[in-house]
Amino acid sequence: MRTGRFLWLKRSSAVLQKDLRVEFRTRYAYSTLMMFAVTVLVTVSFSVGGMMLESDIAAALLWIILFFSAMAGLSRTFVQEEESGTVVALKLAADPEPVYLGKLLFNIVLLFSLAVPVVPLFLVMLNLSVAMPFSFVQVVFLGCLGLSGASTILAAIVAKAAAKGALLTVLAFPVLLPLLIGAINATRSTLAGVPAEVLRPDLSLLLFYNGVAVTASLLLFEYVWNE
Amino acid sequence: MFWQTVLGIWMAAVIGASFLLVPPTQGLGELGRIVIYHVPAAWVAVLAYLMAMANSVAYLRKGDLRLDRQAQVNAELGTVFCLLATVTGAIWSKAAWGWYWNWDPRQTSIFVLLMIYGAYFVLRSAIPDTDRRARLSAVYAILAFLTVPFLVFIVPRVYATLHPDLVLIAREGRQLDMDVPMLLVFLASVAGFTGLYFWLYKVQTGLENLLHKQALKRGEEL
Repeated sequence: MRTGRFLWLKRSSAVLQKDLRVEFRTRYAYSTLMMFAVTVLVTVSFSVGGMMLESDIAAALLWIILFFSAMAGLSRTFVQEEESGTVVALKLAADPEPVYLGKLLFNIVLLFSLAVPVVPLFLVMLNLSVAMPFSFVQVVFLGCLGLSGASTILAAIVAKAAAKGALLTVLAFPVLLPLLIGAINATRSTLAGVPAEVLRPDLSLLLFYNGVAVTASLLLFEYVWNE
Repeated sequence: MFWQTVLGIWMAAVIGASFLLVPPTQGLGELGRIVIYHVPAAWVAVLAYLMAMANSVAYLRKGDLRLDRQAQVNAELGTVFCLLATVTGAIWSKAAWGWYWNWDPRQTSIFVLLMIYGAYFVLRSAIPDTDRRARLSAVYAILAFLTVPFLVFIVPRVYATLHPDLVLIAREGRQLDMDVPMLLVFLASVAGFTGLYFWLYKVQTGLENLLHKQALKRGEEL
């Protein structure tokens, strides 16, 4: 294959563009994800009724919603390749690493475009005020990054397995638990308001988790992708 | 046969000694005896899981299906011992703290270990093709194991633990704060459990290899 500067980047963005175009034609993954998130959000909001929630509980609920919504939609990008039989063509067209990076970027875009309407809606429906808005956005950003970072390779695994339905949730939960614990803890702090030093360890945990998850996935993706 | 007999006698002696020789521990009283069983079981679980991880890495490098079977056996044995550690821990927790389960960080991390390998077995059962199963489950085992350091270092920072550290042993600068008879029985138990693990491992891998051979033979006959 050709070598050159930013070749990985170019190829990954080509994969990303292809995925975005496919997604834009059917809007299947996004609408599933969005409707799922809204359903869970409304269920939560409805069942807590008019109660004023403590920031502890609200933070946990927010991440439960985001976690399950992510699990409902993130495996789509690989499953769709297997189902439509385009996986062979993609294997011929690109190295594993650009494919992984492209899919990762796609999942990040997908999850961000979900979080942008859902998180404010969550705050509105549960009548929450955020004491540290800037840090709160940071935490949600890093948390969503981590959710997609760790689940993309798992989605590739799930796409090759027989039972695709609930498998991603089962596989992803133990892997994502450190991230969720960190994100919930940080969200609670930003909702309630704490000094910046208290928040910093949680933010660096989220950052490190992202680094480890993406690096390990890059190294291991080849074994999942090639047969 | 000889080593099995030795192992049987050894473990019987450890069980006897744990009640007869070990004095009640300071602070925990009679409950402290659990350390003779609980800690070695947890140790063997971690050992088996580490071996499973090592086998998975080796499988991805070499592609030898025997390594995959070894990883599977190690994961199974690890899960058995992990369950033993969880259950003995929960019973002890009921006696010492009043709850069987209260999401103490130690309980959280051992529970996540069980979840990881539960998911590992689900994944294995979801893939019929042998090579594909071996490769994908190896990747998952490695990924999942990478989260363990996060749990070990992060969770206890968020929630305080009540778990007595294995560290009955290193308290207030004094190394090995166990009575001599207790320490001897404890080490004997660790050795016994480790021996038990290696014996089970030998038997299980032998069995899996035989089953594999038989499957191959059937395939040839057809």
